[in-house]
Amino acid sequence: MAEFQIEREVVIDAPVEVVWRTITEPEQIRQWFADRVELELEPGGRGLMGFEDRALPLVVEAVEPPTRFSFRWNHFAGEEPAAGNSTLVEFTLVGEGEHTRLQVVESGLELLAWPVGDKERFADEHRGGWAMYMDRLARLLAER
Amino acid sequence: MTPESDDELWSAIGDPSRRRVLDLLVRRGEASASWLAGQVPFSRQAVSKHLVVLEQAGLISRRKQGREVLYQVDAERLDQATRVMGELASQWDRRLNTIKRLAEAAHAQTQTTRRDVEQS
Repeated sequence: MAEFQIEREVVIDAPVEVVWRTITEPEQIRQWFADRVELELEPGGRGLMGFEDRALPLVVEAVEPPTRFSFRWNHFAGEEPAAGNSTLVEFTLVGEGEHTRLQVVESGLELLAWPVGDKERFADEHRGGWAMYMDRLARLLAER
Repeated sequence: MTPESDDELWSAIGDPSRRRVLDLLVRRGEASASWLAGQVPFSRQAVSKHLVVLEQAGLISRRKQGREVLYQVDAERLDQATRVMGELASQWDRRLNTIKRLAEAAHAQTQTTRRDVEQS
C-alpha cells in the first residue's frame, strides 16, 4: 500500500511567477498559513511557522523557482528533520499560459506517532493523513 | 473520539502489516486468527499481536463461536475515524483557496497598474 499522503490541487488565474511569490514570501505566507513566519529560502534553510502560542520549526528541501518548493516539518523539537520523523510538504507549480496549476502533497504522515504534548494541533491538522485509506475502507464496508 | 484513543488509532493504522489484516477483515466481514494467518506472509503469532493492537484501538471487536474466536471490523468506529480524518485535506483546500485569492488579487493589481502606465 502506498504511504499515507494528502494531495490537493487548485488552478489559479495568475502567472506562475506571481503564485511562486505567494507561496514563498514570508509576508504572503502569513496570510494563508501561519501567524508568524520565518523562512530562509534555500535548500537546507531553516524556518519557523508560528501558530498562536506554538512555533514549529521547518527545514527547506527544494527551492526551484518558479516550479518547486518543499519543506519538512512536524519533527520533534531538537531532532533533525528527515524521512521518518517529519512530514514533507511539496508544492509544484505548472504554468499554463496566464493560469497556474498549483499542487500540494503532504506525505510521510504514516511515520508519525503524535507526541502527547502536541496533540491539539496534530489532532486538528493531521488526522486527514489517513483520510484516503479510511475512505476506501469505509466504502468497502458500505458495499459489503 | 478521545485524544488518548487517537494515539492508539494512529499507531494501529500506521503499520502496513496491520493495515493488511484490517483490509482482510473488511473484505471478509468476519474471520478467525488462523484464517487471517493463512492469507498473509507473516506468522500466526504476528497476526495475533496485530489483532490485539487493532482491538485496543477500537477498530475491531471479537466474539466467540464454539471454540473459535472471530474478529470483525467496528464499522461505527471506522466511520467516526473517517469523518475526523477528512480534516487535513480540507485544511489544505482552504489554504490553496487563500493562495488563489491572494495571487489573483496581486496579478489583477499588476495588470491595472500596467494599463494605467500604458494609458498615461
